[in-house]
Amino acid sequence: MPDSSAAKMVTQVTAMSRNGISDWLIQRLSALLLAFYTVSLVIWFLMTPSLSYDQWQALFDTSWVQVCALVGLLAACAHAWIGVWTCGSDYLSDHSLGARAVIFRFVYQTTSILILIVYLLWGINILWGT
Amino acid sequence: MKNDSRPINLGFSDLLHFRWPIVALASITHRITGILLFIGIGFGLYGLDMSLSSEAEFRALASILGALPGKIILWLLMSALAYHFVAGIKHLLLDLGIGETLEGGRRAAMVSIFFSLTLIVLAGLWVF
Repeated sequence: MPDSSAAKMVTQVTAMSRNGISDWLIQRLSALLLAFYTVSLVIWFLMTPSLSYDQWQALFDTSWVQVCALVGLLAACAHAWIGVWTCGSDYLSDHSLGARAVIFRFVYQTTSILILIVYLLWGINILWGT
Repeated sequence: MKNDSRPINLGFSDLLHFRWPIVALASITHRITGILLFIGIGFGLYGLDMSLSSEAEFRALASILGALPGKIILWLLMSALAYHFVAGIKHLLLDLGIGETLEGGRRAAMVSIFFSLTLIVLAGLWVF
């Protein structure tokens, strides 16, 4: 076994895909999708200045909108996780916090993951619940 | 030739000792807006949940977003999104090899700050 401290192993296993190149690509692809969604939504809202509840409700009753919304949420969560992970492993480092850094990172990463899981379940519930 | 005083990794204490050229400011702002948007997803889901649960809730959300605190939160999140969006496009261009030099990076940072400030002002005009 090469030198692998506990801290190193934790940072590796918690990366999105346990692979830097793959994370890099997921971050870029999700960014492109989210950029496209953002522009589309802004244009749609600008073209629909007086939006009624019935119109809005009918829109989210169509399955392609529900699927697109879920894909967008999945992309946002994957993108967020890679960003949150990157910031955490940069700033909550052994160099800045010493040996306790691994504990800080663990709490930070676990909290972030839990928030993302809540976001996903909440989103699915909004789109398909009731 | 080993230089042991060379920093190994970034830490909070190091950040305070750094000079902050425009490229660094643009980069840290990209990260800060990213964290804000991570929290912002929650606000977005909360709004979507309200808007779709009933007509009364839809109207309640509309009046929240019509009042000043709601407008400020909406505008802040839109501003974070505008900055993160523009800085992200800058990053994708960097990936393509555009603006990789020191001078190019500085110019890219300035251009991205200019574009995002424009979008932030436009978002403000839209919201308020």
